[in-house]
Amino acid sequence: MALKLADYKTSVHNDWCPGCGDFGILNAIQMALFELQIPNHKAIIFSGIGCSGKSPHFINTYGIHTLHGRVLPFAQGAKLANPDLEIIAVGGDGDGLGIGAGHFVGAGRRNVDMPYIIFNNAVYGLTKGQASPTLKLGMKTKSLTQPNSNNSVNPISLALVAGFTFISRSYSYDVRHLRDVLKKAISHKGLAFIDVLQPCPTYNDINTREWFQGQDNLDPESGHQSPRVYKIEDKGYDGIVHQSDQTADKMAQVLSIANEWGNKIPIGIFYQNEFVPTYQERIAQRIPNYPLEPPATEPICTQDGVPIADITQLLNPLKLES
Amino acid sequence: MTDSLVKNSLSWVIGGPQGSGVDSAANIFSRACALAGLHLYGKREYYSNIKGEHSYFTVRLAETPIHSHVDDINVLVSFDAETVFRHGHNVTKGGALIYDSSLVGTSLDEVPTIDEHSATRISDMLKRSGLQTNLQAVLDLAKSNGCMIYGLPYFEMIEKLARQVNDPALSKLTRMVNVIALASSFALLKFEKEQLIRAIQNVFRAKPKILDNNIAAANLAYDYMEKKFDSSGFRYILKLRPPLTNYLLVQGNQASAMGKIVGGCRFQTYYPITPASDDSEFLEANQIFDLTNERKGSIVVVQTEDEIAAVTMAIGGALTGARSATATSGPGFSLMVEALGWAGMNEVPIVVTLYQRAGPATGLPTRHEQGDLLFAIHAGHGEFPRIVLASGDIEEAFYDSIKAFNFAEKYQMPVIHMLDKAIANSIKTCKQFDSTLVKIERGSLVEKVYPGTQTGSAGHYMRFRLMNDPISPRVPLGTENAIFWNTGDEHTEEGHITEDPDIRVKMVTKRMTKLELALSEIKLADKISQFDIGDSSGEITIVSWGSTKGAILDALDMLAKQGKKIRFLQIRLLHPFPVKEFAKLISDARLLIDVEMNYTSQLGSLIRQHTGRDVDYKIVKFNGRPMSGSEVYYALSAILEGSSERRIVLEHGT
Repeated sequence: MALKLADYKTSVHNDWCPGCGDFGILNAIQMALFELQIPNHKAIIFSGIGCSGKSPHFINTYGIHTLHGRVLPFAQGAKLANPDLEIIAVGGDGDGLGIGAGHFVGAGRRNVDMPYIIFNNAVYGLTKGQASPTLKLGMKTKSLTQPNSNNSVNPISLALVAGFTFISRSYSYDVRHLRDVLKKAISHKGLAFIDVLQPCPTYNDINTREWFQGQDNLDPESGHQSPRVYKIEDKGYDGIVHQSDQTADKMAQVLSIANEWGNKIPIGIFYQNEFVPTYQERIAQRIPNYPLEPPATEPICTQDGVPIADITQLLNPLKLES
Repeated sequence: MTDSLVKNSLSWVIGGPQGSGVDSAANIFSRACALAGLHLYGKREYYSNIKGEHSYFTVRLAETPIHSHVDDINVLVSFDAETVFRHGHNVTKGGALIYDSSLVGTSLDEVPTIDEHSATRISDMLKRSGLQTNLQAVLDLAKSNGCMIYGLPYFEMIEKLARQVNDPALSKLTRMVNVIALASSFALLKFEKEQLIRAIQNVFRAKPKILDNNIAAANLAYDYMEKKFDSSGFRYILKLRPPLTNYLLVQGNQASAMGKIVGGCRFQTYYPITPASDDSEFLEANQIFDLTNERKGSIVVVQTEDEIAAVTMAIGGALTGARSATATSGPGFSLMVEALGWAGMNEVPIVVTLYQRAGPATGLPTRHEQGDLLFAIHAGHGEFPRIVLASGDIEEAFYDSIKAFNFAEKYQMPVIHMLDKAIANSIKTCKQFDSTLVKIERGSLVEKVYPGTQTGSAGHYMRFRLMNDPISPRVPLGTENAIFWNTGDEHTEEGHITEDPDIRVKMVTKRMTKLELALSEIKLADKISQFDIGDSSGEITIVSWGSTKGAILDALDMLAKQGKKIRFLQIRLLHPFPVKEFAKLISDARLLIDVEMNYTSQLGSLIRQHTGRDVDYKIVKFNGRPMSGSEVYYALSAILEGSSERRIVLEHGT
């Protein structure tokens, strides 16, 4: 029996602020799971800490709400121990690019087959609006006492140099676009990054929904408001590495648009490269039975609890009788 | 005093610059002696350095099992001047000092790797004896102590060897010095040459070219020594014994890693750190292993970007049902504690193998201490259950690493398995590991959940169901009909966030009562090991934990020979503390003596906390060097004679 969209929702009370960009992302995740018809018990949503960290509780799959900044290693651990699971990692921009930035880079080097969604609103919401690593230098949201004195990190460029093999951006109020990107990210063979721009209606009074829609961004000719977000594929951008020898050019292409911001913000798939072996494939190279019997399912004892590992070969060189 | 020969009882030390083959020489020596039927305990001491600093390896030999080193040296084998400067004066009467004869003119200030403090100590010692501060003076001092000295022209010997095997390039191989020095000590000990050759073959099995050169070098040095020197005055001799059947010659870090393989650990994460890395590297080197059913098993070892990733990744693995572990040392464990609390909160079974080294901060990265006991017990904010289990020696390390997983899964909590540098970097002849002595107990692990299983208020499976039994069934992620949540927040029975005061009380109580359950179920033998000498009824009782066990057992052996009656309690389960059993065992103790490798007597404070009883004497050591059997013996003797301070700080070791 086909699963319905409602099957991916829980009745847990959602306490996000009205108008929060998180809702769009939550809906898009549920829609992507539904459209891909992933069995509920096969999917595990791992999250970090903060408003976005609560997401798993609203999705009717396994949900593991971890620690601040640590969602990626928790999620990779589960995926490597049982590659059969459909694991999705989610977290905030402070979570993933501030306290968890080391894991972001570490994960890129591994290329474990799973998507990682960053809910990017440029502020630490749940601690009341401090500047996050993606807030631009000199910006002063209403929640800050002083303009931001740190420069911002560019998540797209960072993902690229860290080695993510699918790099994308979407916008939380374009749920369809986000859903489509998510579906591609989930289906991608390798580590996929989705940078989701979202307003924080409570603390970020700069990058608001109106700002993204371009209320103040008038076309000089027509006088109409011009949305800041544009889809790169509409401009003929193709981020997919179709042959492995295109890798360097495609990577350079990402950097050519990654810094666009202000009146023109690119969304879409910046880069996808399935020629890089996943971490699971790298393990399978060393351990041929890994795909069939990964750590989670390999038997370790008989029904009576007798260990089945036989270490005679390891003990022989240590033995003393000749 | 007669100068009769001492047979098969020896303290042998080999030293040289790090990277010059000290370890492989000690390895060959140990292997040769163990294959010859001798029991041994060996320990490695080294600087946090790759090449050049002083490192040495002590091997103690006996006809019966031994558990520690002693401070005296009977045979000192040196490659360089520094080894002679540092250890020469410790060689006993009738012992031997083998050195490079080309170095006799070396003065103390010509050895840059001897730090200022050590240099001052050595020069003070020489000056007190009215000697100059050069190598010849140390040799003279050793001679006046009754030690025999044997100068060998190492480099001439290597050149000769190069001509002999017709390989001029060999003359540059200063590494050959180690085998030359080692072989000459065997000649001196009248150890059968065939046994030495056999051990070299054994060690270099996989490297035929190196093997041949080493055998040639060993032959050359052995014969040279026999011909050149009259060994009268040297009192030590090694004789072949019946083979040690059912024994292994094994290192600590191999033991714990092998225990993990037998115990079903299939996922280990780590970040490189001394002295814990060897554990993970052994597992990685042996990632595919045999199963009893003719198939192959495997373990996935992942090197992470830091220790936080290591522990959280292990937790992720454990959530899928895989027995998962990480291995680290103090600095890494410090980074892991937040996640440890998460595992405690969410009742996830993980094992952290904690190889202690001297702290705090970077501390003495390659040296020994037992400074992390109270830290392991209290690591993390808030209150959550964990089990802390400490092994006392290599053999225990093997079995305990299996038990650690059993405890973790049965009680659904993190287990900290405490080992230390002394265990990790020591080598010992110990009884064959027997996998049939242990069972794997997975606790309440449910692999199938039927639809319609009782659900909680949000309609979901109750992973943390509140029942009389504080252990609720655990299901691996991905199990059908059992969708649950985990969170670092306080949670409901389904695992959703709650701040409800009533549920909070119930959940904290559920988690914490698991410790009482563990205390009631864990066998006495896994809580406390009791050793009574001379039919002791416990009037004099020594308490300790971890690797000091070896030195204490050897000291007790000596005291038993004097007819002393002493009880030794080795606490193995440190948390939850086995109060009831412990209180009973010390109920007749007039003297309670605490022995630990730290400044504050951490076990002593734990005993005070749980029993209200202060220990009467504290024997502590925190100079980074493990306690020797002899210094523990002297400290205990002083206490028994009533001539001791209440707190004795041991200071031996180089």
